[in-house]
Amino acid sequence: MTTEQATETAQRPHPALWGVLYRSSTPFWEAVRRHELSLQRCAECGRWLFPPRPMCPDCRCAESEWVPVSGRGTVHSWVTYDESPHPAFAAPYSVLLVELEEGARLVSNPVDIAPDELEIGMPVRVVFRDEGDDFTVFLFERATPDAQEEPASAQ
Amino acid sequence: MEYVPGIPILKPSLDADNRPFWEAVRRHEFVLQKCGSCDRYFQPPRPMCPECRSMDTMEWVPSAGRGQVYSFVNFTTDRMAYPAMKIPYSVVLVELEEGVRMISNMLDLEPDDVQIGMPVEVAFDDLDEDLTLFKFKKLEG
Amino acid sequence: MLSEYLERRYRPERRPSPEANLVRDNTAIVGIGQTEFSRNSGRDELDMACEAIKNAVADAGLAIEDIDGLEAFTLERTSMPAIVSALGIPNLRFTSEISFGGGASGANVLHAAAAVATGVANHVVCYRSLNEASGHRYGRGDGYVGYLSEAPTLHYGYYFPFGFLTPLAWAGMYAKRWMHEYGIDPDQLGWYSVVLRENALRNPKAVFNDRPMTHADYLESPMIVEPLRLFDCCVDTDGAVALVITSAERAKDLKQTPAYILAAAQSCPPEQEIQTSYNRPVMSGLPETWYMGQELFRVAGVGPADIDVAQLYDPFSFGALLQLEELGFCERGESAAFCEGGDRIRPDGQLPLNTSGGLLSEAYIHGYNLIAEGVRQIRGTSTSQVEGAELVLATGGPGVPTSGLILRR
Repeated sequence: MTTEQATETAQRPHPALWGVLYRSSTPFWEAVRRHELSLQRCAECGRWLFPPRPMCPDCRCAESEWVPVSGRGTVHSWVTYDESPHPAFAAPYSVLLVELEEGARLVSNPVDIAPDELEIGMPVRVVFRDEGDDFTVFLFERATPDAQEEPASAQ
Repeated sequence: MEYVPGIPILKPSLDADNRPFWEAVRRHEFVLQKCGSCDRYFQPPRPMCPECRSMDTMEWVPSAGRGQVYSFVNFTTDRMAYPAMKIPYSVVLVELEEGVRMISNMLDLEPDDVQIGMPVEVAFDDLDEDLTLFKFKKLEG
Repeated sequence: MLSEYLERRYRPERRPSPEANLVRDNTAIVGIGQTEFSRNSGRDELDMACEAIKNAVADAGLAIEDIDGLEAFTLERTSMPAIVSALGIPNLRFTSEISFGGGASGANVLHAAAAVATGVANHVVCYRSLNEASGHRYGRGDGYVGYLSEAPTLHYGYYFPFGFLTPLAWAGMYAKRWMHEYGIDPDQLGWYSVVLRENALRNPKAVFNDRPMTHADYLESPMIVEPLRLFDCCVDTDGAVALVITSAERAKDLKQTPAYILAAAQSCPPEQEIQTSYNRPVMSGLPETWYMGQELFRVAGVGPADIDVAQLYDPFSFGALLQLEELGFCERGESAAFCEGGDRIRPDGQLPLNTSGGLLSEAYIHGYNLIAEGVRQIRGTSTSQVEGAELVLATGGPGVPTSGLILRR
């Protein structure tokens, strides 16, 4: 997994540094920091809300709750960079779109899956890796379709 | 006016239209943009004369840099001031003899002594290896 | 280039006839909504925008599903698609964004009304949400540094190196010249601020609702950039306001008394810069406001004397005073005397001004709160209601390409 080599020389950018972190997103990243995957759900109608937002688009309720999820899903799509767009990421590396069991689709990177091994529909499960004192990133590794074990750490 | 050591001074942003002006200031020369056809001066510089709409008659001509204070403000607290400059300081709007007006600072003059109508002349202030600013001095008499 | 302004002769023959103006009397503001106005919201601007829009749509008696257009500032820091996804707007077909900071408030309404009048959209929401007090502050120099290399503000390169990088100072340069040319006594400037504070004390939603201010307090407030004082400045605010615009025909069936748009106009005369138009022949006036006002009165077919109450965009008290002169409410150089003692501009005066407290004392929501107050005056629901108010004028920011509205009952 080449992102691991690349992060030795350049820091993977924290979303806050790019100014893309709304307060609505903060609980998501706080959970990741605790090595948990958590999703926002409308307190009124129970709809999953991803990306996080201040209001439910179905019932316009402004109250929501954060619910820990299994972190299991399948590869919905992916791309492979053959040229690096940023010093923190050495090419070639892949970017996954993972569809969780709850339906939310998250962008992430694969762990220990080579670009030519990736397949749409491949079962994956979340793992976490600390990228420094104040940032943890979530990644996905290969899972067997019926595996029941808890999400593990990548390190 | 005095600068606070250690705080960088904001540099002018350069584009194709204003670059000749700042390059001249670097050489301690004061130039203004003029339409050679209409005989009119323009500030800020621009790619086209708004009178005759010609794009090839705009030229840079030397100026004596003389004029008078048209308006001014004094920064008396640090609430809205620029941290690189010591409080109090003045910012003057000078109307040059050519008719255009430019923002600058006064050299060797306390804010309380600045007055509208005061005759002034350009002077140059080398701040570091990359930055020269034009300032104004009070003209006596 | 500014000959119409310098000669005070606005030429109708250069403009389309008022009858050709489809916005005129065919459109209305039918809903207003807002959040709390505070000094520290503890919320995202996106969050506040959604609440204000939801409130405005409910105020109009409409459903979110009815909304098919959105209008905002280019300065807006919320993402329009994120608003659509949070509010669940299923049918958005028209959007636009307008630059020039506070100059865009009336322009947002104009563009929304134009979309409605031309059949492009049915119900357009205009919104402005900002954490000006707790977050990004436009009034401070550090907020501008990032803009240095952007085209609309490129001329700032001629100003920043001289420690000249805040709106208060840019306005002060005009104020000093105006006071010099007309012999204005600096003490006269305070009455505008005092009357607006009185209005804010009657408005429970105003940020300065609990902070009385006398003329003596004004004179004791510190000089921030001479010649302007702390109490000449607007109140940095966290909050959001939204407005719903639809056709006059549709407005008849809705919940509220419509505020019909009798005229809406924008202007950007030559030698315009963003608050630093120092190379115009005169600096003791605001040509952009004069052109905008002339167009408003021409389209509306009314004059300054017909206006019952005005909501003037007042980032600084001085900015509102100059607008009084450019809009023809008083002679040049006489606005400070016009406001002296405050009686003429109080709610029972000759020309009541900024009846919610304005940007100085209610909230600085970039002029949106002024338009909302204009609508309340038309509805008769202001906390400083002007009796029998039928015509309301509201302006956008002075010193930039500006805009304005005349609303009618």
